[in-house]
Amino acid sequence: MIEIKQFNKTFHLKSGDVTALDDVNLTIRDGEIYGVIGYSGAGKSTLVRCINLLEVPDSGELSVSGKETVVIRGGKLFLRAGGVEKRASERWLNGMRRGIGMIFQQFNLLDRSTVFDNVAYPLRFGGMKREDIRRRVMELLELVDLTDKADVYPSQLSGGQKQRVAIARALANHPAILLSDEATSALDPDATESILTLLKELNKKLGLTIVLITHEMAVIKAVCDRVAVMEEGRVVEEGEVYDVFAQPRERITRKFVSSASPLSKLEQMIAEDSPLLRTAPGARLVRLQFRRDSVGASLISEVSRTFGVDINIILANVEEIQGTPLGGLIAVVEGDSAAVDQALAYLAQHHVSTEVIDHGTAH
Amino acid sequence: MEQLIKDFLPYVYAYRSRFFQSCEATLQMFLIAGSISFVLGLIFGVLLTITKEGGIRPNRLFYHAVSIVINALRAIPFVILLIFLIPLTRALLSTAIGVKGAIVPLVFGTVPFFTRQVEAALANVHPGKLEAARSMGSGTLGLIFRVYLHEAVPDLIRVTTITAISLIGLTTMAGAVGAGGIGSFAINYGQNQQHQDIVNVCVAVLLVFVCVLQAIGSFLAAKTTNRKLFGRGQGRGGHDA
Repeated sequence: MIEIKQFNKTFHLKSGDVTALDDVNLTIRDGEIYGVIGYSGAGKSTLVRCINLLEVPDSGELSVSGKETVVIRGGKLFLRAGGVEKRASERWLNGMRRGIGMIFQQFNLLDRSTVFDNVAYPLRFGGMKREDIRRRVMELLELVDLTDKADVYPSQLSGGQKQRVAIARALANHPAILLSDEATSALDPDATESILTLLKELNKKLGLTIVLITHEMAVIKAVCDRVAVMEEGRVVEEGEVYDVFAQPRERITRKFVSSASPLSKLEQMIAEDSPLLRTAPGARLVRLQFRRDSVGASLISEVSRTFGVDINIILANVEEIQGTPLGGLIAVVEGDSAAVDQALAYLAQHHVSTEVIDHGTAH
Repeated sequence: MEQLIKDFLPYVYAYRSRFFQSCEATLQMFLIAGSISFVLGLIFGVLLTITKEGGIRPNRLFYHAVSIVINALRAIPFVILLIFLIPLTRALLSTAIGVKGAIVPLVFGTVPFFTRQVEAALANVHPGKLEAARSMGSGTLGLIFRVYLHEAVPDLIRVTTITAISLIGLTTMAGAVGAGGIGSFAINYGQNQQHQDIVNVCVAVLLVFVCVLQAIGSFLAAKTTNRKLFGRGQGRGGHDA
């Protein structure tokens, strides 16, 4: 478990102070994939760097399971054990970092080292025998499916392969936690998918806790269990990925969610005054959302039959998030005004969230 | 062959033993001053890099102090530095002439230049590589040797070549004030006695020396880019520095 308490961090730049973290509190459970999303400058990168203390917060408290609680005051690190606090040494810090793997957007491999030597980097100079290092490196390369590239230099690898090498390197010392800082942002869609699949696999196989920073909601949707949304150094929304997708509360979260949904085409259609959206008087343009308990039911035809209304589907999408389907529908409901109202009320009763976008006004 | 040299380069032939001594003296100055400067420049270059603001061990006082000394030394023309350092050389080596006497001013003339070159070479190492190494628990020494120096090898070879070539120039200047070597041979036996063939041969020798250095430097730099020298990888190298 990673527990972050009241992290604050301000950068004092020549152009003025920038608050990167503003009273951030998070608890990340063992074995989960935790996403942190935000626009650039939201503080998410600073936040993950504070987990392995590459960046030291101005103040706060950090506890990572199996390690002493770190208390940070005035940008200085103290270890708390048994009610006593003492300054954290450089040695302790380096040892602590060895227990947390990290991967980066730009891979950050050593260009003058082979794939083998890159992966062996964290193992060397730690008293490990040559033969053991060799065995461990080959084991890691097998894990990321790159055994045939051991003697190749990074400049000969594709972006996705480079990130695999970086993952192997990050896992060399059997860390329980992997920090991923925009690890797929420099990759093409295919490589992104393969890296995300690999991360998910490692999470399952090794019980690896992954903290994943991204600015793409699609990445969160694909692999994360829980997500925190950051804006201006604060965590503005947090929860299970499914719930955040089904019911985003904050404006910025809605924006992220709609960026990952095909239904966001609606906004464009409204802006273009699409003829598809022109509703007859009395008809309504509605957005319906089917969640885990309503997505399987044949509610649309049921409603149509029961209330005598016509439902014309304009946009529809069903997707799976964390293995649970989430459906969205943009439709025009036509019929007697009272019947339409009743129909919508019926849907709402059956766990379908309804939102009337447009009352049938003559265009 | 000997007759040919006698005909075309009469004075070089006449003073041939002096000429070979001079070449040897130049080589000695180059190798001794060069080795010392290489080590010192590397050390100061690394120290400046890590103590810089935003470096891995920032130290304002040290960085600025060393910077000022380096800038001051670089601002003094070498010929002036030569005579300026005579008392110091005497105190250190109890002589200010000959090859021995030339070492101190050559080192003072070369180290500041090389230090800045090393600093520039190390600045090309992508900060992300350092961050990754820090995330893997590397300490200061690990970052210096396993990241900075390791990744900068091709650039370090390039700047070493540049510095070595400029050091040859300095050795000839030192020759002008009593250090011996090709420089003083060209002046005393060539220019002062109006033996143009001696001057010409000195120029040719220096030219060959510089070309050989540059060729070795360029070869090694290309060989070490994105691969280890004579390493086991199949890296094509040279295209993605």
